[in-house]
Amino acid sequence: MDILFKNVSYIYQPNTPFAHEAIKDLSFSIPSGSFVAVIGHTGSGKSTLLQHLNGLLMPTKGEVQIGDYHLTNEEKPKNLKALRSRVGVVFQYPEHQLFEETVEKDIAFGPKNFGVSAQEVKHRIREVTPIVGLSEELLNRSPFDLSGGQMRRVAIAGVLATKPKVLVLDEPTAGLDPRGQKEMMDMFYNMHKNQGLTTILVTHSMEDAVKYADHVIILNNGTKYMEGKPEEVFTQAEALQQVQLDVPEVVQFLTKFQKKFHKQIPFERQTMKELARSIQQMMEGDASS
Amino acid sequence: MMNSMIIGQYVPGESLIHRLDPRSKITVIFFFVFIVFFANTVISYSVLTLFALISLVMTRVPIRYVLKGLTPVWFLIIFTFILHLFVTKEGTVVFNIWVMEIYSGGIIQGFAISLRFFLLILVTSLLTLTTTPIEITDAIEDMLHPLKKVKFPVHELALMMSISLRFIPTLMQETEKISKAQSSRGVDFRTGPIKERAKAVVPLLVPLFVSAFKRAEELAMAMEARGYQGGEGRTKLRELKLKKRDWLTFIVFVLVVVALFISRDYT
Repeated sequence: MDILFKNVSYIYQPNTPFAHEAIKDLSFSIPSGSFVAVIGHTGSGKSTLLQHLNGLLMPTKGEVQIGDYHLTNEEKPKNLKALRSRVGVVFQYPEHQLFEETVEKDIAFGPKNFGVSAQEVKHRIREVTPIVGLSEELLNRSPFDLSGGQMRRVAIAGVLATKPKVLVLDEPTAGLDPRGQKEMMDMFYNMHKNQGLTTILVTHSMEDAVKYADHVIILNNGTKYMEGKPEEVFTQAEALQQVQLDVPEVVQFLTKFQKKFHKQIPFERQTMKELARSIQQMMEGDASS
Repeated sequence: MMNSMIIGQYVPGESLIHRLDPRSKITVIFFFVFIVFFANTVISYSVLTLFALISLVMTRVPIRYVLKGLTPVWFLIIFTFILHLFVTKEGTVVFNIWVMEIYSGGIIQGFAISLRFFLLILVTSLLTLTTTPIEITDAIEDMLHPLKKVKFPVHELALMMSISLRFIPTLMQETEKISKAQSSRGVDFRTGPIKERAKAVVPLLVPLFVSAFKRAEELAMAMEARGYQGGEGRTKLRELKLKKRDWLTFIVFVLVVVALFISRDYT
């Protein structure tokens, strides 16, 4: 589903001394099927933005379009539930939302609310558990007996089981160990590719953004600061530093490399391994000449 | 609705009223609540209303915000007024509505009682509007201090109070967060039959309790790890001291009380 923000502003607690404009006049569009990273410092309006994506918040000004759904201040769509069944949101620390007696029931909670038949729910649970890396024998356990990492997987399975078309991820790997983080992100990326999802990843991690996203939006103080392809955005180190963001490690390395050896390697979102190989080739080329 | 309620809400500021010692604020308001019931003439009511309104202006909290925040209370006040209007049968009949006769005494009584009510609520909300919960707890601990002689656990009570006050906003945030997460999973808290809505509370309450217990445990552990020991011998970060402005407040308030009692005899 295409997503379009048109001059969206959102004010918390309007007309009180606590009024606070979290996002200001924000416009961008996300074509269906793309993987977008939204990056920004704490308080830049990321969380507010993502809550507009499934109608948890309605814009104070402007308009949000998600597929055929229009969200404005005046008109609330009657079928918010239908919108929410298409847009799955994985909140920060999603394990806090678990409440059922068994893992199975908790995963089934979302699809059941959206009116999926009992048989289909069963089918989806069996489909989703291996994807998130849970073993079947955990299904009958209480989610509160599991480890933190497993609880996270259960919560994510609960969102995936609703079969969303748009997947919104709010720092889904926060607090996991490095291996868990990589597994989790790879899992989301595979889902994105295999099921043709539109994915919006809210993150602090430049590395994740470089690795997975094909479009990057940088927020600062509730406004759009930069937008573009990762290779365009992440090479502008100075502009990023202005909003207290670092460039990814590979870009840092390339800059230092150029300073020291006066050889320029263009940034093409290469991984560490690919980078090592191109340097190796370069050196061999030097040696033979 | 929830956003505009101001009962118990603190609005940060630097006004004189904000900087007063919380004990003086509590004392003045405590006695104000009593003397409101002594007003009986137009002038005596005016004295009290003037005092309350001047205090309100001095807090520099936007007046519209305060009045709007008292919306739920306005209904009560209007209800009281109407009740007195119809029930009191004193004085002369002013006019008739349908079968009811409205007496002059009823109008006066209605005004007087509603005004009292309004003043009480306004002044008590001034306390919470300008005083942080922590300050209020400190003041209460200090004012209850004499009860220590009869082995009343004043410090523990104050600690319990400040911890619970401290965690109200945290729990509110948590509630909002979880309710948003569950709404995203298709729970409908707002519409539908009552039975369904009551059921929708379960996915909200269970995670809330789980996290509250977890938090309590973590807090207890953190306090113990830092060697917390309450009561005897514990020094304070915020010492309460009466300053010149506090004595000034007392003097002004005593003047108000004197003015009130003098004006009681003038009609």
